[in-house]
Amino acid sequence: MTTRIFGSGIRRREDPRLITGRASYTDDIKLPGTLHAAILRSPYAHANIKAVDASGAAGQPGVVAVYTGEDTDGVLNGLPCAWLIPGSDLKTPAHPAIAKDKVRYVGDAVAVVVAESRYQAEDALEHIAVDYEPLDVVVSPKAAAQDGAPQLHEDVPNNIAFTWALAGGDTDAAFADAAVTVSDTITLPRLIANPMEPRSALAQWSAASGELTLWNTTQNPHIARFVTCVVTGVPEHKIRVIAPEVGGGFGSKIPFYADEAITAFCSMKLGVPVKWTETRSENYLITTQGRDHIEEVEMAATSDGVITGLRTTVYAGMGGYLSTAAPGVPTILHGLMYSGPYNIPNISGTVYGVFNNGAPVDAYRGAGRPEATMLLERMVDLVAAAVGQDPAEVRRKNLIPKFENGHDVATGITYDSGDYESALDSCLSAAGYEALRAEQAQARAEGRCVGVGVSSYVEICGLGPSQVAGAVGFQGGLWESAIIRFYPTGKANVMVGSSPHGQGEETTFAQIVAGELGVDVDDVEVIHGDTDTTPMGWGTYGSRTTAVSGAAITVAARKIKEKSRALAAHLLEAAPEDIEYEDGRFYVRGSPDQHKTIQDIALMANVAWNMPEGMEPGLEASAFYDPPNFTYPFGAHVAVVEVDPETGHIDLQRYVAVDDCGVQINPMIVEGQVHGGVVQGVGPALWEGAVYDDDGQLVTGSMLDYALPRADLLPDIEVSSNSTPSPHHPLGVKGIGEAGTIASTPTVYNAVMDALRPLGVTRVDMPLTPEKVWRAINDARNGG
Amino acid sequence: MFPAQITYHRAGSVAEAVQLLSSNEGAKLLAGGHSLLPLMKLRLAAPAVLVDIGRIEALKGVSASGGGITIGALTTHAEIASSDLVKQHAPVLAEAAALVGDPAVRNRGTIGGSVSHADPASDQPTVLTALGATFNVTGQGGDRSIAAGDFATGLLENALEENEVLTSISVPSVPSGAGSAYVKFPHPASRYAVVGAAAVVAVSGGTCSSASVVVGGVETTPARASSVEAALAGSDLGDAALDAAAAAVGGDLNGDPMGDVFASAEYRRAMAAVYVRRALGAAASRAG
Amino acid sequence: MTVPVEITINGKACAGDVEERQLLVHFIRENAGLTGTKVGCDTSQCGTCTVQLDGVSAKACTVLTVQASGSSVTTIEGISDGVDLHPLQEAFWNNHGLQCGFCTPGMIMAANELLRNNPSPTREEIRHGLEGNICRCTGYQNIVSAVEDAAKAMGGR
Repeated sequence: MTTRIFGSGIRRREDPRLITGRASYTDDIKLPGTLHAAILRSPYAHANIKAVDASGAAGQPGVVAVYTGEDTDGVLNGLPCAWLIPGSDLKTPAHPAIAKDKVRYVGDAVAVVVAESRYQAEDALEHIAVDYEPLDVVVSPKAAAQDGAPQLHEDVPNNIAFTWALAGGDTDAAFADAAVTVSDTITLPRLIANPMEPRSALAQWSAASGELTLWNTTQNPHIARFVTCVVTGVPEHKIRVIAPEVGGGFGSKIPFYADEAITAFCSMKLGVPVKWTETRSENYLITTQGRDHIEEVEMAATSDGVITGLRTTVYAGMGGYLSTAAPGVPTILHGLMYSGPYNIPNISGTVYGVFNNGAPVDAYRGAGRPEATMLLERMVDLVAAAVGQDPAEVRRKNLIPKFENGHDVATGITYDSGDYESALDSCLSAAGYEALRAEQAQARAEGRCVGVGVSSYVEICGLGPSQVAGAVGFQGGLWESAIIRFYPTGKANVMVGSSPHGQGEETTFAQIVAGELGVDVDDVEVIHGDTDTTPMGWGTYGSRTTAVSGAAITVAARKIKEKSRALAAHLLEAAPEDIEYEDGRFYVRGSPDQHKTIQDIALMANVAWNMPEGMEPGLEASAFYDPPNFTYPFGAHVAVVEVDPETGHIDLQRYVAVDDCGVQINPMIVEGQVHGGVVQGVGPALWEGAVYDDDGQLVTGSMLDYALPRADLLPDIEVSSNSTPSPHHPLGVKGIGEAGTIASTPTVYNAVMDALRPLGVTRVDMPLTPEKVWRAINDARNGG
Repeated sequence: MFPAQITYHRAGSVAEAVQLLSSNEGAKLLAGGHSLLPLMKLRLAAPAVLVDIGRIEALKGVSASGGGITIGALTTHAEIASSDLVKQHAPVLAEAAALVGDPAVRNRGTIGGSVSHADPASDQPTVLTALGATFNVTGQGGDRSIAAGDFATGLLENALEENEVLTSISVPSVPSGAGSAYVKFPHPASRYAVVGAAAVVAVSGGTCSSASVVVGGVETTPARASSVEAALAGSDLGDAALDAAAAAVGGDLNGDPMGDVFASAEYRRAMAAVYVRRALGAAASRAG
Repeated sequence: MTVPVEITINGKACAGDVEERQLLVHFIRENAGLTGTKVGCDTSQCGTCTVQLDGVSAKACTVLTVQASGSSVTTIEGISDGVDLHPLQEAFWNNHGLQCGFCTPGMIMAANELLRNNPSPTREEIRHGLEGNICRCTGYQNIVSAVEDAAKAMGGR
């Protein structure tokens, strides 16, 4: 019975505390004597700091301390960039926690006030006088890379932080020989991740023990500890980072921020706990954003729509500084996926990582892969239009045929397993594609603008082999570890180094253990998010937690099983090779009555009254799992839209998703990830985009202006799945966290362009706001 | 998220509110708080003194009064949206109230607070102007009435004297046989009107006897579409007549066009014609 | 300047001396120690701070504590004892109507009022009823299913 818990959509054990309001997120934690920090932020996008006079704030009510860059300079080390892409001429200019000489984006920290209440700290900020000398500003990443653009960092000519190139095959020849070439410039605006929980840090320094405890809204507490050590100088083993309940992250809680460093600094100076929690307006200014790509793309194809080449030049905005993982996003996680699910023999790309006067840009759900899928799916649709074929058929003829164990693509990577055509077929069938095209023809005859969009995708997840991480410059490993510890009563704890924050792995990890060892799922408790109580791990991002951390748990569970088998053999006075295992019971082959349950074994191992010669007491196993390859989930999506040509409004009427993430541990959770992922990708197609004006001011500075998807703007997402196991993963799982986001932006974009095609509209920049669509329609009508 | 220091007074009566306003320089009235508090949280507004009129029972509720209804300034959007009296006498007002913000905002936000804030992207000022409502105010100098169309004097500016309190709004009944409608293009984030069009169309003997059409969101105050009204008068309210009338709205929008990153002034003007047309269509279909 | 206030929260009188500028959400979280009510934005958009104030849902970030003095407030902690769940809580659990859980208290409080006003809403009506609450994880779909499910469970109550 119990083993069947693996693969079943049981409800989540996380939920009772969350639905009753009893969970503790960082800002909910109260320590006696806590002081509150507020951070003064630059109102200028680019300026020299000529003087900071904080004396006026010092005497304000409740104020305990005020610190500026003068105070932190030489005490806090700069914030490190941790993805140093080799061969890219990468520049890593200094990133001080508090700016002393120059600010490079609106929101750059200039001073901090610590007071008895946050209200008082905010009041005191108004009494700090800063003398700025404003400098010229550059916002567009392409403009920033041009000669004569304002320079953000003195030692970075043309603001180019790195240049990364990719070449496979002979792209020039492919284009020279091509019967058909298509091209476009695709702009992927900056996106604001918007986890509903704002970031927060609570630091408690104990001078007596030299220990720093940091409660932090992080997706990766062990990395946070590592970087806290680098920035504060507190030895790593004297730092405890706790990620309590974390309210979503979507990538924006991967990086280590100035704010955590400043909060820790304040606690260390004052010897009392200090808390800082960002307001949503601060989040919009300072928390890392996603995308900011200008992609100049060309595709070559035969007259029959067979793709022969892809060529790109990408300007990727980095913001004012390089955030923790920033350089890896538009390169390794982007360019290497240029082949997508297609056979494209010739691929080349050049990516410029460019400093510009905005918030730092880093991983945001999908991280590099949505940007790659967008350009690829846009090009495939343009090829289909150029050769006059149905976009689904052009996809089909270019898909890589089914493979079960390894397929090399021109970008130099090896996909694990794939059955892209089945995914496409399943999706077209679920959508009723032929009927949709017939309905579309009917609608067009009635003068209505109905569009159908299709996309196929493959993504790279399960990051990843640590050797590859090292080879591509990631300054850490990408393995995960787990400890499974059984207690005398047969209950177990599982300690993991990854740090789920909404993805439900407290449940799915327990399902893995239940499935492997036949224990009741409720007898397994999963512990994560505290560096003092969990083994080392690299964190939750890149759809890697179930894949990599789940594999570590599986390996550890199998070690438990082997020790249990040996102990059972000893207790049953049989040879280990005669012991069979089924459903939590170890029995002598042919004599099922002679058995020990896993609970019997746990008791006997813990009391250790009768252990075989040389066997250690206890029933505990740990495993470090370093994956042999990445995993490559894939799928196909279809969207149906209707555009109101009078206003430019887009009505998303249907969305059909078929995803293949390999083996599913909890299908209910998989489906939930697809729902959320799809909607997060619909956002940038239709509504979302951070806009900075020419002065580098964030125009979309709050939820009043930055349009997030809301319940009333969306249809139900029609979700189904296929299952092609990963050949190298112990459970065959691949990962599903980012799939929806990767696929849905181009699917919806293509649907809108399909709707507008009869009107002569060929391109509109995202997000497809009503005015932009309306203008494009009018321009096309006026022969533009 | 952390307003600056204030001094707070809770007024027990309109007279006390007027007295508190008079004796505290720069004091601001607080009703539901849904216009003022968001500004205070971002420290875009920092009034030293707040006079809370939110508990004055006399300012709440809807009552019938000769030829129309009177709506207390503290009546919430939710109450207006569900009021039988409003639905009976001025259904377009209930229709618009249901489109304000979101349910929690409608529960706390009041019609008086909303119109006093004088945000042209609000729904109710547009509708009240179209309905020919009258705003009743009380101040140190006594009581007076201000026509809805004269109340907003500019972007976030109103005709109230510093010590005056808006107490109620008198709304004449939509004549029997007339149709009314409010059609809104909501901003996808803020839910305020990018463009809102209110129309009241009266029919007599198969032709339009009078029309009142007002557009919000496009200019700094609700804009009366006189050209549209003129074009409608005497027309048969057929599609061609409505098309022609709506197209005339451009001539009525010559003030201060508003535009932002989401919707430019040019786009708003174009949408004004579209939404006026849609409001006219809905109102005409309800007339008769 | 502080002033005395008294607010009945989940049936219990909570008195305190607070700054006149304090927002109700901060009184609930800091003074009453009920941290189920969240702060997710600063422009009254996100709905994570939704509570029932004198019987109707309100965004506690857009009310001053002093305004609410004398009122009664129900928070997520007040709709059940945390063990015997409210049907909405049960339905959110059964339908996977949450992921990170941060929007959930406000979402449940908003849904509670929605069902009070409309005991058997359509999915479309549920979507409109939740237009003042933002969730970034679920895509809303399972939240809509949860409310639909709760409506059935609460039928006749």
